[in-house]
Amino acid sequence: MNINKMPEREERLRSVFSEIKEESTPKVDSFSRSLRAFIVGGSICVAAQVFRGYVENYFDETEAGIYTTIMLIFVTAVLTSIGVFDKIGRFAGAGSYVPITGFANSIVSSAIEFRSEGMIFGVGALMFKVAGPVIVSGIVSSWLVGIIYFFMNFKR
Amino acid sequence: MAIKLGSQTYKFDSDIRVISTGSVVGPVEGIGPLRNLYDDIVRDEDISSDSFEKVETNMLLLSYRHAMEKAALSENDIDIFIGGDLLNQIVVTAFAAREIARPYWGIYGACATFGEALQVAACAIESGIAQKAMASSSSHFSTAERQYRTPLEQGVQPSVTAQRTVTGSGCAILSKGGVGPKITAFTIGKVVDFGVKDLADMGSAMAPAAADTILTMFESTRTNFDDYDLVLTGDLATVGHAIASKLLESEGYQHSGNFSDCGILVYEHGKQHIADTGGSGAGSASSVFGAYVFPKLLNRELNKVMLVPTGALMSPVTTYQKESIPSIAHAVVFEND
Repeated sequence: MNINKMPEREERLRSVFSEIKEESTPKVDSFSRSLRAFIVGGSICVAAQVFRGYVENYFDETEAGIYTTIMLIFVTAVLTSIGVFDKIGRFAGAGSYVPITGFANSIVSSAIEFRSEGMIFGVGALMFKVAGPVIVSGIVSSWLVGIIYFFMNFKR
Repeated sequence: MAIKLGSQTYKFDSDIRVISTGSVVGPVEGIGPLRNLYDDIVRDEDISSDSFEKVETNMLLLSYRHAMEKAALSENDIDIFIGGDLLNQIVVTAFAAREIARPYWGIYGACATFGEALQVAACAIESGIAQKAMASSSSHFSTAERQYRTPLEQGVQPSVTAQRTVTGSGCAILSKGGVGPKITAFTIGKVVDFGVKDLADMGSAMAPAAADTILTMFESTRTNFDDYDLVLTGDLATVGHAIASKLLESEGYQHSGNFSDCGILVYEHGKQHIADTGGSGAGSASSVFGAYVFPKLLNRELNKVMLVPTGALMSPVTTYQKESIPSIAHAVVFEND
């Protein structure tokens, strides 16, 4: 919707812009980022596995799994609230939020962030601002799988 | 009356001067390269424990107070306060204006707000509405993160082009006559959009706007880099500044080290563990102008400076709607006589 014809100078700038932008933008060091994610993510999983092995002495396998999940969420929540987890995330990227830790972190950080708007319109309404879409897609996909499962059994 | 040069540049014949500035920043900026130059470095908890928005409002008020104190003026001597910030409904500046209780114009130009405020203030003086006018802009890392990005404590890896919002408030008192550098010309920016959509790459989005405004100023006043001691963009940071500088080069304007950026000056590049490209935000241009440029103009280390605050005029809504980022830059020329 150009009312005026584009001035010549702007046309010239446009023609060189994408090339200049390309060469001026620093490259992402995917190797070191992946390595950091691998080490931190792996360490979290190893720690969780050690914890699980210990808990299995006292509970059965399913229960031990649940307690391990709870432990991961609890530790993440504590680290988030004392301002450590964001630094881990900054360093490790996906490594720190692919385990359930990322989900816990997004809920706790939102709750802290919106505390100043009160318990209802702040914490209550906005706590799931980041995690909400994850929950919705989880529910939708489990519903889809449920339907497929239903028809598979129906045929039998 | 102002004289129009070309399509969007104006020259003033009356005596409009900057007589005082105020600049207040947060602790991260306070350990940066300009740490000794700010009027005040404040920690959030020192000025309000209620909310970051209140912190920013108090920070802006503090910068007003410093500017007025240095010029030995009181609120009642200032005919109009003109300013803005990054928050919805420009609340920080409005809430600061509530405390001041003087005539107030709130403006929004994203991070280019300081340029716009200076231009509107200069027009107010030129037209005779005001003898003295205050121009200000403000931003705060924590309030901007909340509005534009993710919760503070969320562990997200920043993009390589991401900038950090400057926690800073700055203001300048413009006066008809008085002692200080004169505002001799300004270029009102037009909105330029070269199609950059990445919210974490605002430097690239704003670079064409900066280049466009600087080129317009050069062409309409028949000047080039050699005529200025310093040309200073607002918050392009390293990536955007490199792009702007190459765009200007492609049009035949080569700088000789006298082209810099407030967002680059504010942080120690590569040493401070924050976004490595530099600063952004409405407070970037105003706090650096107040702390760094204005004193150098006063002691005649610099004699002619072009300040070009740059702004990205998107909102989170337009970003989610997949719109590109329209950008603007306003240029103001300060000169000693």
